[in-house]
Amino acid sequence: MNIGVLAVQGAFIEHEKMLSELGVSSFEIRQKADLSKSFDGIIIPGGESTVQGKLLKELDMFDEIKTAIESGVPVFGTCAGLILLAKSIANDKNTYFGTMDTVAVRNAYGRQLGSFHTDSEFKGIGTVPMTFIRAPYISSVGEGVDVLAEVDGKIVAARQGNQLATAFHPELDNDLRIHEYFVNMINNR
Amino acid sequence: MNNERFELNKNLAQMLKGGVIMDVTTPEQAKIAEAAGACAVMALERIPADIRAAGGVSRMSDPKMIRGIQEAVSIPVMAKCRIGHFAEAQILQAIEIDYIDESEVLSPADDKYHVDKTAFKVPFVCGAKDLGEALRRINEGASMIRTKGEPGTGDVVQAVRHMRMMQSEIRRIGSMSEDELYDAAKTLQVPYDLVLYVHNNKKLPVVNFAAGGVATPADAALMMQLGAEGVFVGSGIFKSGNPEKRAAAIVKAVSNFNDAKMLAELSEDLGEAMVGINEQEIELLMAERGK
Repeated sequence: MNIGVLAVQGAFIEHEKMLSELGVSSFEIRQKADLSKSFDGIIIPGGESTVQGKLLKELDMFDEIKTAIESGVPVFGTCAGLILLAKSIANDKNTYFGTMDTVAVRNAYGRQLGSFHTDSEFKGIGTVPMTFIRAPYISSVGEGVDVLAEVDGKIVAARQGNQLATAFHPELDNDLRIHEYFVNMINNR
Repeated sequence: MNNERFELNKNLAQMLKGGVIMDVTTPEQAKIAEAAGACAVMALERIPADIRAAGGVSRMSDPKMIRGIQEAVSIPVMAKCRIGHFAEAQILQAIEIDYIDESEVLSPADDKYHVDKTAFKVPFVCGAKDLGEALRRINEGASMIRTKGEPGTGDVVQAVRHMRMMQSEIRRIGSMSEDELYDAAKTLQVPYDLVLYVHNNKKLPVVNFAAGGVATPADAALMMQLGAEGVFVGSGIFKSGNPEKRAAAIVKAVSNFNDAKMLAELSEDLGEAMVGINEQEIELLMAERGK
């Protein structure tokens, strides 16, 4: 198994480290040429969604990755990744891949003073640590989207088919279970 | 600041990695920076080149001006306080700034003590010329480090010197035997625990950006290849002929810093770079402020 980690901006190294601890190989997607490698899954890391979205388009990778996601290649987006996957963004006119039937709210907890850490229930896994950094949440989901975690009544993790999105950053905590969950999604495809 | 807050603040810096933080003085410039792909902006009344030219005492910016920039963009907004000026830092925290830069670009308010950053909830980034300075700032509560470089000059030589110095000292600490670390802590004037962290992990405990004198995509790529995890660009963008284009080119140069072919394309037709001043021509060395 080989997973491509989008590496144009943000905390991609943290994801690579998690995958390596699980014994899964990964490579960085920095430019179009990297997409010619074969990959079984894609991770879109935390960072700034505006930067990642812009670079995906300007480095001419956007369409190819979107097609891959639409064709069923498993994808896992954290924080900025959740925003890029969302069908629409409540407080932003831009949309990006829009492949997940969700409405995301950007910076939903406010500025850095609103960032927080908590432990909460994740469907099918149990209680996991959750770190929210200037995080979004999902305000509503369409049919076919499975809500996997809620914190204070807000949706913070969801899955639709082969797409997984979390508003928090599993890559920042020492808990491999959500990455393992994604690896199982690829294995069971 | 409790430990959890410090972790969250370090985490925000992790999200900025691989990105470019741009100095802006107006909401319009902030929008240009965001559209060009900045991962954060630094709100300040005058960019370092103008501070240098104007002389006199340079202070925290007007909170109203900072708020205008916070309202204009959705990316994180940073602002500078003077070294040791904890009241300016309190004001910046009160307007919910995302990151405070305790910066040598402004006139120092205290020639001995830096701000006790552990007393704050908002994160701080601080400049450093070498490993000792970096670890002293981290011990005071900084959750992100940048090289000092020499701001407002367009000359990258000092940023290079500071980054090389830091990386070389990290390698030296990394290769020491454990019983040598006590003496290293004494020489660097920092706590043993931080030296042990560097020894075990071969890196700083927080994210480390390059700053001070970056003016071109090639400068940015140079700093990334020397080990920076991202880049601050101050005067280099809005003192140049075509800010939009130069800003966007530097953003791409940071994410593909190893691809010389792409860097060649990015360096084409950028218009006039900021004129800049050489190290030997500078009267005021800002990097010497705060040790």
